Amino acid sequence: MAHLVDGVVAWPVLVGGTALAAAGLAIGCRRLEPERIPQTALLSAAFFVVSLVHVPVGPWGMHPLLNGLLGILLGWAAFPAVFVALLLQATLFGVGGITVLGVNTVALAAPAVLVHLLFARRLERGRRALWGALAGGTAVVATAVLVALTLALSGAELRPAAALMLAAYLPLAAVEAAFTGTVASYLGRVKPALLAGPALLAQGRDA
Amino acid sequence: MSAAASGIRAPGPSALDPRARVLLLLAFAIAAVALRRVESALVALAVAGAGAALAGLPARRVARRLAAAQLGMLPFLLTLPFTVAGTPVAALGPLAPSAEGLVRAATLWLRVNAILLAAQALVGTLDAGRLAAALHRLGAPAALAQLLAFTVRYLGLLEQEYLRLRTAMRARAFRARSDRHTWRSLGQLAGMLIVRSAARAERVMEAMRCRGFTGRLPAPEELAFRARDAAWLSLACACLLALVAVDRW
Repeated sequence: MAHLVDGVVAWPVLVGGTALAAAGLAIGCRRLEPERIPQTALLSAAFFVVSLVHVPVGPWGMHPLLNGLLGILLGWAAFPAVFVALLLQATLFGVGGITVLGVNTVALAAPAVLVHLLFARRLERGRRALWGALAGGTAVVATAVLVALTLALSGAELRPAAALMLAAYLPLAAVEAAFTGTVASYLGRVKPALLAGPALLAQGRDA
Repeated sequence: MSAAASGIRAPGPSALDPRARVLLLLAFAIAAVALRRVESALVALAVAGAGAALAGLPARRVARRLAAAQLGMLPFLLTLPFTVAGTPVAALGPLAPSAEGLVRAATLWLRVNAILLAAQALVGTLDAGRLAAALHRLGAPAALAQLLAFTVRYLGLLEQEYLRLRTAMRARAFRARSDRHTWRSLGQLAGMLIVRSAARAERVMEAMRCRGFTGRLPAPEELAFRARDAAWLSLACACLLALVAVDRW
């Protein structure tokens, strides 16, 4: 559900999404110091594992997106992390698509970066459950809007499907907010350095 | 199009250079997305199926994965027959599915499955190191290639760690229900997973630094893009172009 499949997105949207993804990947890779590659890979793997878990919501299965959490912890490096996870999902597990890799990467990673810019600083200072929850919820809503926008731009006949997907994301946003809040407050208590790291990374300083 | 099938058939996908396989998958996906007619989408699915069989993919696993992938298509398969304008074929109360809409939904279904099959046959059979090397040689940043290799390595570790923590929870009589306690516990489980994995990643990084890691890894394997790879790749691309041309004629 999180992913658009091959063949529904119109060519101009496909090309635009791929170009945006390439730009995001270039920035993300430049900011990804070699020291942080193992840690980023780990979150990418976690993102991958969690997104194979299906939770029934209404008529469809849904799964946690985890992109809010990814954004908090990784910042711009969320772009390469999401891209790698989506590539592996499509080739190893047959989920998602090949031509829509760029569009899907933007739909998941751009909200992660947004959430990072909005909340990472605040999370460092405290009230982690609150800011974590806001980050998790915001990221899911932003992803839903991007997916719906992609479909709506691709053709009028896709608008009902876009509305259906948008509606299906809303309960997920609530669950994801609660989940990300819990994880953030847990990390704040057990290993606050993890929450502080990416803020340094985002400014390009040595983390 | 039988020529394209034989283009994969003669050496089998696993005999091709990893770069050729990545490029071929990209070409196949783009061509498949461009198809408009049910017949040509069927041809694409048949070719991809043949490729998967030749790559030696276990049929059961492929079927299970494809079944899981069908969910993502449901919103489109359900709405397209009714939203695409055209001649109605039947009346279901106020709703009338159009012939054009049904064709659009059918081709969508065929194309998505064809691409997913091709992806598993061409790239899914590559090990992570070779795929990473191929992407790097095709112009992807070194950081991306390394990230890919590490991610595949961590997938297995993460699953083991997860199972260990779940066992610990079960030993303490934890049962997942839909209540606050469950959500808090699962959130803490995820947090613990991240903390433990971060500690592991730190140790890995220290070990790598001890061995003189400065951000570059030696090429894991020699890739050889031979004349044969180029020949098969261009033959397959020509066949794909022909298929698209016939489809659009």
